[in-house]
Amino acid sequence: MPQALEGSQAIAHAVALCRPQVVAAYPITPQTHIVERIAKFIADGKLRCELVSVESEFSAASVVLGAACAGSRAYTATASQGILLMTEVLYNISGLRVPLVMTCANRAVSAPLSIWNDQQDSMAVRDAGWIQLYCADNQAAVDMTIQAFRIAERCELPVMVCVDGFTLTHTLEPLEVPSQELVDKFLPPYRFARALDPLAPLSMGTLVAPEYFTEARHLHHEALLAAEQEIVAAAEDWGALCGRKQSPLVEVDGPADAKIGILTLGSVFGTLLDARDQVPGPPVKLMHLRCFRPFPVAALRAACAGLHDLIVLERAIAPGADGAVGAEVRSALAETGKPPRVHNFAVGLGGRDVPLSIYAHLLQAITKPHPRMSAIDLRPEVLPADLPTHQETRR
Amino acid sequence: MIEIRIHGRGGQGNVVAAYVLATAAIAQGRFAQAFPSFGAERRGAPVAAFVRIAETPIRRRCQVTHPTFVIIQDEALAALPETLAGLAPGGAVIINSQRDSQALSDTFGSTIYALPATQLSHEALGRPMPNTALLAAFLTLTQLVPIAGLKGALAPRFSGDVLAHNLQLIDQVAAATPDGLWKERAHAPSA
Amino acid sequence: MTLSTLHDLRTAQPRFQGLESGHRACQGCGQALAARLALEAAGPDVVVANATGCLEVFTTAWPQSAWRVAWLHSVFANVGAVAAGMESALKMQGRDTKVLAFAGDGGTFDIGFQALSGLLERRHNVLFICYDNEAYMNTGVQRSSSTPHAATTTTSPAGVARMGKRHLKKDILSIIAAHHIPYVATASIAYPVDLRKKVRRAIEVDGPSFLQIHSPCPLGWGHGSELSIEVARLAVQSGVFPLIELEQGVLIGAMPIREIRPVTDYLKLQGRFKHLFTDDQRAREELAHLQALADQNIEAYALQGGPPDAQDTEGADTVRRGGLRFM
Repeated sequence: MPQALEGSQAIAHAVALCRPQVVAAYPITPQTHIVERIAKFIADGKLRCELVSVESEFSAASVVLGAACAGSRAYTATASQGILLMTEVLYNISGLRVPLVMTCANRAVSAPLSIWNDQQDSMAVRDAGWIQLYCADNQAAVDMTIQAFRIAERCELPVMVCVDGFTLTHTLEPLEVPSQELVDKFLPPYRFARALDPLAPLSMGTLVAPEYFTEARHLHHEALLAAEQEIVAAAEDWGALCGRKQSPLVEVDGPADAKIGILTLGSVFGTLLDARDQVPGPPVKLMHLRCFRPFPVAALRAACAGLHDLIVLERAIAPGADGAVGAEVRSALAETGKPPRVHNFAVGLGGRDVPLSIYAHLLQAITKPHPRMSAIDLRPEVLPADLPTHQETRR
Repeated sequence: MIEIRIHGRGGQGNVVAAYVLATAAIAQGRFAQAFPSFGAERRGAPVAAFVRIAETPIRRRCQVTHPTFVIIQDEALAALPETLAGLAPGGAVIINSQRDSQALSDTFGSTIYALPATQLSHEALGRPMPNTALLAAFLTLTQLVPIAGLKGALAPRFSGDVLAHNLQLIDQVAAATPDGLWKERAHAPSA
Repeated sequence: MTLSTLHDLRTAQPRFQGLESGHRACQGCGQALAARLALEAAGPDVVVANATGCLEVFTTAWPQSAWRVAWLHSVFANVGAVAAGMESALKMQGRDTKVLAFAGDGGTFDIGFQALSGLLERRHNVLFICYDNEAYMNTGVQRSSSTPHAATTTTSPAGVARMGKRHLKKDILSIIAAHHIPYVATASIAYPVDLRKKVRRAIEVDGPSFLQIHSPCPLGWGHGSELSIEVARLAVQSGVFPLIELEQGVLIGAMPIREIRPVTDYLKLQGRFKHLFTDDQRAREELAHLQALADQNIEAYALQGGPPDAQDTEGADTVRRGGLRFM
């Protein structure tokens, strides 16, 4: 029976069902409702967990690192400025191969200051060595959070579950929250092989000289690549248990012979699905990149087979370069037999609403020259009248 | 799909109204979505919230730009262009106001139903929280969701005397509102 | 008339309004009042570094700003460091414009603590003002280390298993005092003359100074917006928030309380403490505990004053034309 829940509340339920023993977080819009709900569960005696209300995100990441190393399942949530502040620790956690789960409530990054939804924050830490998964809707947020703990613990890699801030976290809709029994079947108790134990003392976080560093980094890289299998397995196993089909690494919706594709991450996918229904036109494949790290090269190539044009629509921008997603997509497809023309656009930066009309607008935009990377929803009338001109590469 | 936009000021229970409406629809087994548009958290600032109710899963996440219904919790906001912007041709507006419905309809050129929700809530609840009264009137007019559904959706959010008074207020307003006057509008699909 | 010099600005405005009206704070916001009073006393020859929080959010919704002073917001954790940088630069340029750092309790007690300590330790000539509303208000009332114990916040809610925040309000003054800086004081929006006087005193210091201003938040504390000043006054008069001054870490002054109020007079006005007024043994214990803390302050700072005195009035308005620097 679906319950009427805000995304944040549902995520909090999912976390609680996974029986974390330590949750540490620092409040930042729009993650706050997740942690508040967890606090309420604890205050009402419904969850046995130590909630550490830390003094900053840097400490939040540090607390969950300590907890996980000391043998407890741990969780944190953050966004935007917070994820940047904890970045040093994020690299540390993944390099130490510590299992952890974090919700990133995707929000734009200052400056300019914004509290609204875009994916600049998780994109900023895409190379921190974490598994990164993106949710197209709130049911996915619930299901992926549960899978994340298992993936993290099996791979000994931290997992970041990215959920569009406000757009998903603060939206109330019918959601299925699984039973404790079901989650217990899926997720065994936390077991970290290298947990700090006086009876079997290990030293973690040692200085590694050049003669060993490369191999350590290589193992990390390989582990991330291999994690793809666990991600797929977790989706299949959880799907079988809960009765909801879980999305694959790249979700594809549309005719196999479509020549145009639109690839996006997060909630924009839903808007595109509805928009396509309304606009008669050429067949278009809509794709959702559910797994960004490890980057699913094979799945992406398969999804894009036969396309002449691929639009990569991202809610982030790497200033001065191609889009974060666009660049990697171009690279993955470059060596295929007949790669599609890749059109890279940013949309909805800083929480700008992405309307249904974006679909038709995109299909129009690719018929004309456009920059390598630009915001498709730019409002030129807001720009200052006297802008310096610059050379740019036009397609 | 029916799309509704609720305009109010921070502290008037705008977002709760949207959530409650969607919750009532979900309890009926329908699909619904409710979310606010946000500014920084503060009392008194204009806020809008959006609700969609449909018989099939709702996939879009954009703001409601062509609402069939607009609910205005603070009548001063009616003068702002964004409040009534995009109202669908067969659409209608319910407004918290002591003025006459017909007079307001003539002023704004839309179908408007007014009720003095602030006064009613002050009497029933002891504080000016207009959302319950407005929702009760809205659902009586549109029959979009049964009044019992509204009551059910309030139960988890309020308790004791607060809940009891809210329920009484709902009954009071429902009895005084023309039943089903906007029923056809509610069953014509939005954009 | 073009305001081309600070002198022009002074002449145009008899009372310097560094924070202009029209900002978007909630009704009854303690922080807005405190910031306005502080800048009235500080005058226009300042640069302000402001940490993330309500104050910067409600004053600068682009393209508008309510500040009439030079002002920078960077991020949450770094206002101490940003202010240190400003001060270093001005010193190198041989200018004596005063640097002010503004932060809420988050930016002072918690996330901003490291940078604050560094600022004080290195003796930068900065006045650091903490607008203390005792929780993370801008993000929706989550607890900070400044939240009084037993207060309800969204991350320390009162419930079946808990009576609100478990831990005591961090004794920030002792920590600041341990840095042995020239001047540290507490102030309250309920005592505006005292507040302005302390700001002027702090500005005169050539070195670090710290001011903690108790700033009620009607939304977060759960009281009517018309009660902000009364609530602030009761905090002082019950001994919960003593108004004191320290130099080099040593107590040199405290505002005496002529009629000490019981702590419950202060607590009962606020929704964040309402769970303490139920028929529950734990609630009674917490109330006793809070009274004991207030009693401890009264004793430690010798706050008990003499009988009422007709000449002791906080109403004497000593605001002059924008601070000592422009006499």
